[in-house]
Amino acid sequence: MMGEAIVITSGKGGVGKTTTSANIGTALALLGKKVCLVDTDIGLRNLDVVMGLENRIIYDLVDVAEGRCRLNQALVKDKRFDELYMLPAAQTKDKTAISPEQVKDIILELKKEYEYVIIDCPAGIEQGFKNAISGADQAIVVTTPENAAVRDADRIIGLLENSHIGSPKVVVNRVKSSMMKSGDMLDIEGILQVLNIDLIGIVPDDEMVIKAANTGEPTVMNPSSQAAIAYRNIARRILGDTVPLMVLDQKSSVFKRFKKFFGMG
Amino acid sequence: MKVKSNHVTIKGIKDGLVFLLDDKCEFPSLLEELRYKLEYSHQNILTGPIIHVDVRLGAREISEEQKEMILDILSKKGNLLIRSIDSPPVRKEEDSTTITTMSGIVRSGQVLHHEGNLLFLGDVNPGGSLTCTGDIYVLGLLRGMAHAGVNGNENAIIAASYLSPTQLRIADIISRPPDEWENKETSMEFASLREGVMQIDKISNISRFRKDLNVFKGV
Repeated sequence: MMGEAIVITSGKGGVGKTTTSANIGTALALLGKKVCLVDTDIGLRNLDVVMGLENRIIYDLVDVAEGRCRLNQALVKDKRFDELYMLPAAQTKDKTAISPEQVKDIILELKKEYEYVIIDCPAGIEQGFKNAISGADQAIVVTTPENAAVRDADRIIGLLENSHIGSPKVVVNRVKSSMMKSGDMLDIEGILQVLNIDLIGIVPDDEMVIKAANTGEPTVMNPSSQAAIAYRNIARRILGDTVPLMVLDQKSSVFKRFKKFFGMG
Repeated sequence: MKVKSNHVTIKGIKDGLVFLLDDKCEFPSLLEELRYKLEYSHQNILTGPIIHVDVRLGAREISEEQKEMILDILSKKGNLLIRSIDSPPVRKEEDSTTITTMSGIVRSGQVLHHEGNLLFLGDVNPGGSLTCTGDIYVLGLLRGMAHAGVNGNENAIIAASYLSPTQLRIADIISRPPDEWENKETSMEFASLREGVMQIDKISNISRFRKDLNVFKGV
């Protein structure tokens, strides 16, 4: 039984790809799944920092691709879960150090071993993006309620639709319900109208996320954080559960749309 | 056989001859006359040293096969060296009543180009572009850029169910909403050029601007 590879991408930088990858991966592990996180952001790796595993890295993705080590030697085991691993990116090279075919082979190898392979994609639409999506079966596009982020998400969705992956799902990150209500922020409905793809989760803006990233402890471990609940819900939806959207003082129409999606799917 | 009509005109230019072939007559009679003139009436001027020949076809569109037939006749005269056969570029008929339908989403960074008139069923997102040599009709949200009449057709129009573009272009006129438009409505409108200025109007007024569209007149 082959696992599933999911790439977390966004186009724009700084919208929370790495945080989302770390939290979805950890949440899936929390639900008892065997998970491997893969950082493809060669030269600007962050996933290890967010996961608090930086000091355990010995080999990296490029070492595996170039045959300097076996895949298992490069995998870093998580501190918290026995069945959560991470394949770090190289920090010294750049995106051209590896080809999409090499990444694809590595992901294929990982899928034999793990139920979920979560791939953290670098920002941009160039080589790094092509590397990251090459081995993925599904994609989750992260965006924030800003015009620039939505524009880039739309670009990425267009590229994904023309790739082998097909239609991705979207996570709207850093949502401030008060600002949406007052009309100072794009609302979920408006974002979905432009992107026209299925919503898989809304993550509220939460200071705990920043704190957690700095201490190397994914937010999802802290059940008192609103964002943690949101990430856990996304993980459950990936597993196929029907989980209603968290109450964020959103307009009811969002719920309708969401229910409709899960009712159908 | 005697040919009275004059479908083939032969003119001398500084460095050769130009064959002007009439573009109105039937093709076989054109060939016949060409053959006749080379064989009989112009025999004397077509013998002697090598002459460069340009063939002008006017507005006639010919197939490769027909082109071969003309070349065949001309090459029977050993001294004629064909320099060019000028056939007009193949033009697609830009009839305002012929509309191609397409559907989907034009996303940011994507470009949909179409030769002719286009009815697009779907949205054009911000950052996406739709370009057409003819008219553009969007049955959906137009929020990106639309360019109608890209080859300079100033009569082209852009219509959308929800007209809220980042930019509109017709021929070489560029307009940017909302500061250049007076109208604030965004539903079922069309943009057109009137004396070189982009105007937005209700879709029901389209027949006042474009007389070539099939106009419905109720009883």
